[in-house]
Amino acid sequence: MLYREAGQFKATYAEDSQIFPIRQDKIGIVLILAVAFVGIPLMSVAGFLSDYSFTAILTPFLIFSLAALGLNILTGYAGQLSLGTAAFMAVGAFASYNFMLRIEGMPILVAFILGGLCAAAVGIVFGLPSLRIRGFYLAAATLATQFFIVWCLTKVGWFTNYSSSGVITAQKIEMLGYTFDTAFSKYLFVLSVVCAMALLAKNMVRTNIGRSWMAIRDMDMAAEVIGFRPMRTKLMAFAVSSFYCGVAGALFAYAYLGTVEPEGFNLDLSFRILFMVIIGGVGSILGSFFGSAFIVLLPIFLNVLIHFLESSAGINLPSGISSSIELMVFGALIIFFLIVEPHGLARLWQIGKEKLRLWPFPH
Amino acid sequence: MKFVQKAMVAAAFATAALSVSAQEQFFPVLSYRVGPYAAGGSGFFGGVIDYLSLINAQGGINGVKMVWEECETEYNATRGVECYERLKKVRGGATMVEPLSTGIAYGLLDRVAQDKIPMTTLGYGRSDAADGRVFPFVFPLITSYWNQAAGMMKYLGDKEGGLDKLKGKKIVHLYHDSAYGKEPFAVFEAYAKQYGFELVKLAVPHPGNEQQSQWLQIRQAKPDYVILWGWGVMNATALKTAQRNGYPSEKILGVWWAGSEEDVIPAGSAAKGYTTMTFNTPGNYPLLDEIKKKVYAAGKGNLEDKSRIGSTYHMRGVTAAILWVEAVRKAQEKHGKGKVMTSEQVRWGFENLNVDEARLKALGALGMMPPVKTTCLDHEGSGAVKVQRWDGKAWKAVTPNWVVGDKAMIRKMQEESAAKYAAEKKITPRDCSKEG
Repeated sequence: MLYREAGQFKATYAEDSQIFPIRQDKIGIVLILAVAFVGIPLMSVAGFLSDYSFTAILTPFLIFSLAALGLNILTGYAGQLSLGTAAFMAVGAFASYNFMLRIEGMPILVAFILGGLCAAAVGIVFGLPSLRIRGFYLAAATLATQFFIVWCLTKVGWFTNYSSSGVITAQKIEMLGYTFDTAFSKYLFVLSVVCAMALLAKNMVRTNIGRSWMAIRDMDMAAEVIGFRPMRTKLMAFAVSSFYCGVAGALFAYAYLGTVEPEGFNLDLSFRILFMVIIGGVGSILGSFFGSAFIVLLPIFLNVLIHFLESSAGINLPSGISSSIELMVFGALIIFFLIVEPHGLARLWQIGKEKLRLWPFPH
Repeated sequence: MKFVQKAMVAAAFATAALSVSAQEQFFPVLSYRVGPYAAGGSGFFGGVIDYLSLINAQGGINGVKMVWEECETEYNATRGVECYERLKKVRGGATMVEPLSTGIAYGLLDRVAQDKIPMTTLGYGRSDAADGRVFPFVFPLITSYWNQAAGMMKYLGDKEGGLDKLKGKKIVHLYHDSAYGKEPFAVFEAYAKQYGFELVKLAVPHPGNEQQSQWLQIRQAKPDYVILWGWGVMNATALKTAQRNGYPSEKILGVWWAGSEEDVIPAGSAAKGYTTMTFNTPGNYPLLDEIKKKVYAAGKGNLEDKSRIGSTYHMRGVTAAILWVEAVRKAQEKHGKGKVMTSEQVRWGFENLNVDEARLKALGALGMMPPVKTTCLDHEGSGAVKVQRWDGKAWKAVTPNWVVGDKAMIRKMQEESAAKYAAEKKITPRDCSKEG
């Protein structure tokens, strides 16, 4: 009823190729951005939201969304399976740290971009095997990135500025004399970076770069025949994806954890991000956000819920049981969603929209 | 999102309703009871909760009851940070925090300084945090990695009849290839240079379930001792592979994260005679009997398996909780007995701990842990370690007294490292002469 595009006519090509061609979508996205940029800050000022929601919920959700978005570009759009996401994040974090440390007066955003570019360079090098192998074999090859980078960061003392504990401590985020040190300001900083990059990604996948990725994904032989160069296309996907992951890693270190060890970027994290992409929706920008919400926020929600049920029912479960219940419910939900919709939450969303369009006369 | 927030608000109200009634000192318990490290987590945090329950059974600290809330971290930094943020303000605010995980501790390092909540890191974390001028809110109580490494050297030297007798010997440092395994490099290298022994460093990649090549190298090198700086499955594998390669377990000296029942039982007979460092003396103490009598007999014990009472991890948890409670007690002495202490007051308590032998005796824990005396300069408070041997069934103390390495040297290293950290973070170290 509300979601119907009847009567919305496109008279020019420009109108037809907008990011959000449907008016309701435009309103929706403006509303979401308004809530994120204005509504949430206002609620925080009014005292409805505490630091907790920014620093423990929203910030990590946004950072992991960006990482999932990066992987989605590579896996979802270009069809190259990768298990090295955490390693690219590590490169971004450690490179940004070193740029900040070693170059006096380095602006933080430039350090992030340079960190992302370092990750992109590493991504290109480790993307080279993708020219010869694909599918699970490529996943195994990208596994090498994961182990090599973490090993390298522990092995070479220079990367951590010879810290005896082998960790880096992120410098303060300062821009134009303003220090982003509260939970709230860090949230706004992360939100701005993530929004800008998500918009960029959304546009990128609609241009010929994105189309070439999808062509390679769907059938690389055919793509080559119609004139896409596989080497350039695949390496481009690796570079862009690693850039996104690198910036996410830098945000993870600077705006979230503060002090990070190379071990923090382990294979486990790579898998978590891959699951975000799979559950959220392969080949969907929106799906990356859904997936991140599912993997990051659902366990927290379950944990809170179980504690709440315990306290309201007045029972005290033996320690360990509630943790196990949480894990079981989470696992069951993953299986449930994958059975209901193997293409991820983004697809569910899409189906929902289709249904709305036809409502109340489905056929 | 909405659901989460609604539940949060509801939970906050529920806890607020509970908290108005009594004098309560709140401890967030960031435990991990699922996942690969659950064995250690359940033992340690079980010990913590058991001791807090015992304090409550005895009437609290001058009438103030201990309350706590558990939050599952799964040993994962993101989850740990979320737990900390969730619990730091409930029930009148967190007294202190102890994540028992290096990754989570790093994630909290900046946050605890901002929130002014003290964090203890018993036997792990940054060694240089012992310098209280740069890290006012972090307490690597009892012994850091560096003092442990120095203690190892002292023990091996004593075994040979003096540190100078180590000259010409060969010691292998078999380590988990991570920041953790590399932490003691500087200490071992300094000792090797000073006392003229040969140090061979061999890395084992994570998780360490295949060590044949490393032990072949060890067999060829014929070292006098092997230091096992391992973690998780690596420890049992090392012991089993050593046995296969004919290296005597008596000559292997483990780090304390390689020194729990969970590390040696899977290795079976290969672990017999193996020695490790520890900061507790294994055995039974009046305090543990008290816990059995007042907590477990009343059905409030936290461990499901009662045979784990007094096991390595459980005893470490009890030790940690003793220090927490003593810090609160100390704070009460200054700021008013029978009052609920704020986290800043407890931080002062942590900084002025004086758990001497008389106090430990009163607690029924004499000899279980070394005496701890902290100051503004020294947040570690002891630096003493013990060596224990696995006799096939239980741990037995090898050294009758506490072993202390070259503390002056370690202190110098800690100060240098902390100064570097302060310079990087642009922190001005506190002036300890002005602290009350």
